[in-house]
Amino acid sequence: MHPIKNSSQQDFSIEALRTGDRAEFARLVDTYSTVIYRLGLKMLGNPQDAEDILQNTFLNALTHLASFEGRSSISTWLYRIAANEALMMIRRGKSNINLEEIQTEDSDDISLPETFVDWSLLPEKELLSGEGKTVLEKAIKQLPENLRMVFILRDVEDLSIKETAEILNLTEVNVKARLLRARMALREQLSSYYAERAARKETQ
Amino acid sequence: MSNHSHENCKALLGSLSEYIDGELPDDLCAEIEKHLEGCDNCRIVLNTTRRTIDLVQVPTNEDVPDDVRNRLFKRLKLDEFLNPKL
Repeated sequence: MHPIKNSSQQDFSIEALRTGDRAEFARLVDTYSTVIYRLGLKMLGNPQDAEDILQNTFLNALTHLASFEGRSSISTWLYRIAANEALMMIRRGKSNINLEEIQTEDSDDISLPETFVDWSLLPEKELLSGEGKTVLEKAIKQLPENLRMVFILRDVEDLSIKETAEILNLTEVNVKARLLRARMALREQLSSYYAERAARKETQ
Repeated sequence: MSNHSHENCKALLGSLSEYIDGELPDDLCAEIEKHLEGCDNCRIVLNTTRRTIDLVQVPTNEDVPDDVRNRLFKRLKLDEFLNPKL
């Protein structure tokens, strides 16, 4: 699923990239454009914005490759550019910044679970089609962007806590806290949907 | 749930992510598993959280569409490398 995980820094000649080797850059673009496009789609929720993020990420990379020092892997570096592009685009799109959201973002309080319905054994087909799929996608979209970003990097892209922390310039403790809050929030949304659905079926 | 201390549930909740990711030491895992045996709600929270994560990891068809790739290569002035896709 994630071909990117099998390719590492060694697959690219950093020297060639830094000195402007266009064939090598084209290869880099083809290797990473799928994951960066997907990150944009999941963060912004529409193909036009995802395409802008994709283009801006590589334009930005092209500008800064000469000064890439290799302190992080090229993959982490590209993800970092893409994550910043996505977050900037989201914040630009907000008419006014919600101060409360920013201040409580990193608090340790996680909301306690409220819905206890075990829908985990429903067949995957059912969970991933129709209404269930829409509910999941909507729930991801509704996460505050900082939680959404951590969740996407860790759980959708399957990156490690350490790599996610490096990409976002956060501590691992911070990444773990955001991840837990994101997972709990999604779980709650899905659970309340499946609880409602079960109740609906019973009354039918 | 009558003899049940919710303090333990809260503690479990705080470690849930790390437990799911297999990042906790054995002794803590054992403690969590013991709690899970006697706590239906925590078991449900664990199962449904795991399932939530599974669901988002299911591969989706979100490869870069050809037209998006074409425009990207043009924008980067990499037209000469457009074909074949590497």
